Amino acid sequence: MSGRPPRWYVTLARLVRAVWGSSLPLRVIIMTMVASIFVLLLGGFVYLNQAKNDLVEAKKQASVVEARGALYRMQNQLDDTDLASDSLLERLGQLASEVGSQPSQFSVMIETAASSYMSRGLQSDSVPDELREALAADVEGVYVTLTQVRYTDGTAEPAVVVGGHLFAPSGQAFPVYFIFPAGTEQQTLYMLHRDLVSTGVLLMICLGVISYVIAREITKPLRTTGEVAGRIAAGDLDQRMEVKGTDELASLATSMNNMAGELQHQIGRLEDLSRVQQQFVSDVSHELRTPLTTMRMATEVLHESLDSFSPQLARSVELLHDQEERFESMLGDLLEISRFDAGAADLTTDDIDLGDLVEAEMHAQQAMAAAVGSELVLHRTGPCVVEADARRVQRIVRNLLSNAISHGEHRQITLTVAGDLRAVALTVRDYGVGFEPEQADQVFRRFWRADQSRNRIVGGTGLGLAISLEDARLHNGWLEAWGRPGEGAQFRLTLPRNQQIVLGSSPLPLEPTGRELVAGQPGTPSHQDGIQP
Amino acid sequence: MSTSVGPMGNQHKILVVDDDAALAEMLQIVLRQEGFDTEWCATGDQALSAFLQYQPSLVLLDVMLPRIDGIRVCRQIRELSGIPIIMLTARTDTTDVVRGLEEGADDYVSKPFKTKELIARIRTRLRANVPPETPAPESLRIGDLEVSTLSHQVSRDGKPINLTPLEFDLLVALAKRPKQVLTREALLEEVWGYRHAADTRLVNVHVQRLRSKVEHDPEHPEIVVTVRGVGYRAGEQAAGDD
Repeated sequence: MSGRPPRWYVTLARLVRAVWGSSLPLRVIIMTMVASIFVLLLGGFVYLNQAKNDLVEAKKQASVVEARGALYRMQNQLDDTDLASDSLLERLGQLASEVGSQPSQFSVMIETAASSYMSRGLQSDSVPDELREALAADVEGVYVTLTQVRYTDGTAEPAVVVGGHLFAPSGQAFPVYFIFPAGTEQQTLYMLHRDLVSTGVLLMICLGVISYVIAREITKPLRTTGEVAGRIAAGDLDQRMEVKGTDELASLATSMNNMAGELQHQIGRLEDLSRVQQQFVSDVSHELRTPLTTMRMATEVLHESLDSFSPQLARSVELLHDQEERFESMLGDLLEISRFDAGAADLTTDDIDLGDLVEAEMHAQQAMAAAVGSELVLHRTGPCVVEADARRVQRIVRNLLSNAISHGEHRQITLTVAGDLRAVALTVRDYGVGFEPEQADQVFRRFWRADQSRNRIVGGTGLGLAISLEDARLHNGWLEAWGRPGEGAQFRLTLPRNQQIVLGSSPLPLEPTGRELVAGQPGTPSHQDGIQP
Repeated sequence: MSTSVGPMGNQHKILVVDDDAALAEMLQIVLRQEGFDTEWCATGDQALSAFLQYQPSLVLLDVMLPRIDGIRVCRQIRELSGIPIIMLTARTDTTDVVRGLEEGADDYVSKPFKTKELIARIRTRLRANVPPETPAPESLRIGDLEVSTLSHQVSRDGKPINLTPLEFDLLVALAKRPKQVLTREALLEEVWGYRHAADTRLVNVHVQRLRSKVEHDPEHPEIVVTVRGVGYRAGEQAAGDD
């Protein structure tokens, strides 16, 4: 037998815990009820006990007084009689029946050595032995105790029995017992008991209702607080709580409002800072444009006279020209990034075919790929129409492709386009230097370079992938990277078919499969619609 | 060095309004190289007096100017003259560009621009004075308007309507092909001289400006009619006008 509790028990325990934890008012009510049941039981017990003792004590005292009176009368009657021993016993029996038959509410029993004289219907074992023994030890005393009186008809009831002695003229002592039935007192106790229980039940109901009302009253501001906090967390920083009175709830509301105010202040400060910084980047990009325009125009004037320059001078002008173009694209990228940072980037969507778009971009970059000796291969199956911003998607594809060309070590570059019901995807695989697996996130960082010493074949701005990531995010899409040093890299773009779809999976794996690796081996003839450089 | 010559045989004069001295000088060097006569004005508040004094045939106007910005200068010049205005803008942000166009600028060039691109834009705007490649009939009708390509006049019931050369070109482009829908791209190519797809807001804004001058009710245009999702076409000729 294992010590593990049965399954139903575990389920039940979990359910109880869930219900217990689900509502504060419920907990308050249950705790109040349990505590009050305990208090009521204890109180009832103490009260009943007290009442019973008082009743018994009063009954005893009354019984003793009455018994003493009766005993005194019996003793007088016995003393007045002058009798022989035979008639003494007769007289005793007479006394017993006389006293017992009087309208007083008690029975009498007189014991002699040979027999007992008792009131009618009484059984002799109604007198406890302890009382007999106590009386035998002290002939002068009057003793009282509780007992259960038994009648010859088989019924019984609680009773007080008082014991004393009658003395015959001869000096012989006869124990006399007066039995006072306590049925009335027991009845009273029963009634008390019943009243107590009904009062208790009523009290419990009242307490339950009261505790519910109080719990509600206390949790209402808590609920309001929770709702306000939720709205603040959702971005509505102007939300405040109503402060009523000066109690703990008011101080909670005040603290909450202070916190919200402080939060708003801090967030406002950070927003201002970020706005200032973003504005600065935007301004710098704009301000640099005017001198750049002048420089470019000057370079173009020089460029027109290129033929008349010495080779060094001509090359210098060419370098100047190229770098100005690069500078311009960096400014453009910086401005684009600052737009993303400001949240000012918006999406103009159209239905576009990702495959067509990728193919067009491949053609555009064909010359660049050919220049470094990379073959571009495209796998595509059927149309992959997606609701997206053509300009942005084109920019992503362009960046991924030029990135693959510049890091592809002159080897083949494989592009795969696929789609499922919910999403379309593009992977761009190169077999170049690759990167460490833990750098997969860093490649999207602004101005990040895997290796500072690497020469740049294609003059990128260092912002291409960062912008591409933002572009993908703007579409609620994914842009991810996979890489292994020496094995190359694979980038995967996943876009939802439309903007209502939340991406859960991608039609293409992020990690390259063997098929592509084979396709990527130099010299392997490609059966796909590859474009030869 | 070639010389750009106007209809009266004199050189085309271009007023450069830009607060950046280096860019203004460079612009003037390039423009003079292309055969234009140039004058420079550095601030917005002097632009109007420079314009009146110099009487240019085209204005290159920077948007960001000290004291009075380029958009207000544009409005001031438009109140006096319909001569071509090309804005130079460092901001491609929608609001700046659209505001400038709404104030009557014919075209805009974003910094940094290529010299060739700027010269092409300038020549297109000054082209009104050279014979068009496909000569239009001397007289055209569009709606209830009479368009004379010879005298560059548009009139309704004999009363002349004052249009800028650009607005005139736009109207002629539509009037030449009644019943044919012209896409915004086609209009950009014909009127603005853009070979590749460019900013179609140019067309939208200038159609609005043209309508405000020629339509009876610009809210319900009858002369330049929008064809949703395609472009614009000339309105039907008014009944009984034939």
